Amino acid sequence: MGKTLLDKVWDLHTVRELPSGQTQLFIGLHLIHEVTSPQGFQMLTDAGLPVLFPQRTFATVDHIVPTDGSKRPLMDGLAEQMLSTLERNVRKHEIEFFPVGSGAQGIVHVIGPELGLTCPGMTIACGDSHTSTHGAFGAVAFGIGTSQVRDVLASQCLALDRPRVRRIRVSGTLGFGVYAKDVILHIIRTLGVKGGVGYAYEYAGSVIESFSMEERLTLCNMSIEGGARVGYVNPDQKTFEYLRGRRFAPQGEAFERAVRWWSSIASDPDAEYADQVEIEGASIPPSVTWGINPGQAIGIDEKIPTLGELRGGDRSSAEEAIRFMEFKPGHPIRGTPIDVAFIGSCTNGRLSDLREAARVARGRRVAANVRALVVPGSEEVKRQAEAEGLHEIFLEAGFQWREAGCSMCLAMNPDKLVGREICASSSNRNFRGRQGSPTGRTLLMSPAMVAAAAIEGRVTDVRELLR
Amino acid sequence: MSAIERIERRSGRAIVVRGDDIDTDQIIPARYMRSITFSGLEEHVFTDARRDADDIPKDHPFNEERFRGASILVVNRNFGCGSSREHAPQALMRWGMRALVGESFAEIFLGNCVAMGLVAATAAGDDVAALMDAIELDPTQEVTLDLVAMTVSSRAGTARIMLPEGARRQLLDGSWDATRTLLVEPDAIRETAARLPYLAGF
Repeated sequence: MGKTLLDKVWDLHTVRELPSGQTQLFIGLHLIHEVTSPQGFQMLTDAGLPVLFPQRTFATVDHIVPTDGSKRPLMDGLAEQMLSTLERNVRKHEIEFFPVGSGAQGIVHVIGPELGLTCPGMTIACGDSHTSTHGAFGAVAFGIGTSQVRDVLASQCLALDRPRVRRIRVSGTLGFGVYAKDVILHIIRTLGVKGGVGYAYEYAGSVIESFSMEERLTLCNMSIEGGARVGYVNPDQKTFEYLRGRRFAPQGEAFERAVRWWSSIASDPDAEYADQVEIEGASIPPSVTWGINPGQAIGIDEKIPTLGELRGGDRSSAEEAIRFMEFKPGHPIRGTPIDVAFIGSCTNGRLSDLREAARVARGRRVAANVRALVVPGSEEVKRQAEAEGLHEIFLEAGFQWREAGCSMCLAMNPDKLVGREICASSSNRNFRGRQGSPTGRTLLMSPAMVAAAAIEGRVTDVRELLR
Repeated sequence: MSAIERIERRSGRAIVVRGDDIDTDQIIPARYMRSITFSGLEEHVFTDARRDADDIPKDHPFNEERFRGASILVVNRNFGCGSSREHAPQALMRWGMRALVGESFAEIFLGNCVAMGLVAATAAGDDVAALMDAIELDPTQEVTLDLVAMTVSSRAGTARIMLPEGARRQLLDGSWDATRTLLVEPDAIRETAARLPYLAGF
């Protein structure tokens, strides 16, 4: 009987079975940022422990950094304190750090792959739920809390239960104007926001195989929105080619040896899965969320569901959503006026996302009443986008062109919604209050759809602007 | 590392927060995570559901006098979904919670609770519904979670609770504060690292 990638990686990284029955799992790569690490370092200091493998932890700043080019010290004293605390911790423990201005700073889930830190077959942990992103490379990557950040710093290990594996095969091809974001929104809509609890999602099938690495990153990023802490794609030639020559990837002959090993850790053809799901690529529409969790998504041509249409289990959240969003059940989502457009985040802040959005924005103007932001996922993404002239397309169209960071995905920096504003957003969460205003409203969609909404001032079928 | 604390039971008055898919942004919005400590988070637990834009209190169990002093929180499905922020269970614990009972929890949230010694047990939907009704009728009653017998007892009767076996044993044997356990066999950690192709230059 063959093994899945999850099982191969898990077995290789197992230090021992703990008395609790859990696995003591070695963590090959630990990524940290300014929000969830300071208390972890403090706990370590309180316990009088050193960082056991400082060379396997890498740090950057992303959540609270302003994207308007503000200089240090930041006006916001709390943000400044978080930055300086991280700087002190990485210095004290000799951890490699990618600060603002280094050319390598950015959202932790954008820079990991970009720098070649993220590689197939690794276990990767970070105090951020979107760590599932790195599974795009065939790594077993997952979010942890701060006490677990402490555990990784202290022991490079975690105490965990092995997840079961559900294979999700997306077959055939995608329709025109349908993106990786639409695929994952459709998967979450189909399997539910808690359908993945206890599972790792293995994404497979011709649609996934045809995806670029950046599309796979978008897909794996939102696994956690479906309840799955881990999501991954088996590594293939595209994975290897992406990594070739990157700063922290193996070089020269080591790279060739790495490719042989990376190839061997993919799931075996006869691997057994706890569950399998089949989705026809052609059935996936350009999607938009209408509610307050990422599973509340519909196709652009569909109507906001009436409570009568919903399964019993989805009803209570849907009632909450209808009350909060003040949308009319049974009415189309298309045409909903927006106030803000946000293109960015660890889900959709990479170069290919900006290219797709720019394709829609080129030669057009953002609607008069819309505030539109483009926030590159990293300094490197920004540099490359500017080299291609994408920033000029956005600026001419009336978008703001910002510095790298998490920005309005979670609004820990000054980029926030105000009052009841509605935001067309390429980010990952439409939770109440997520974008900085307790009463603000978020509609999740692909970056191209956000650009289309910005231009038209309302939720729009991007296919009409692409034709 | 704190002293080993074995957790076999949690007992106290309880509070009910109804609703599925209550995410960690609801429990503690990101704007209160702008700090290098967890202290004071309890003041902001469920803040957007508890106060309106003008800071006027809204109807919410955490605003109700009758639930004051509760140490057991009863919830519905997929509680704690979304962000991995430990700030959410920290805020609940600092408010006074020592245990949660719900229909289901998000995975990262559950792991964070256990790592802090905060019990998060699940029970069947009917049992949670009966427990919620009983607590709302009489919030002064004592509710008890027993991790040895795996039951929750209240005036609604005694019902079965569930926890992943690893988490249950961590709580029972006091290894929920995992750092110490993970450092018991340092040689095994180094041996594991040494056999990883990517740490050995392939």
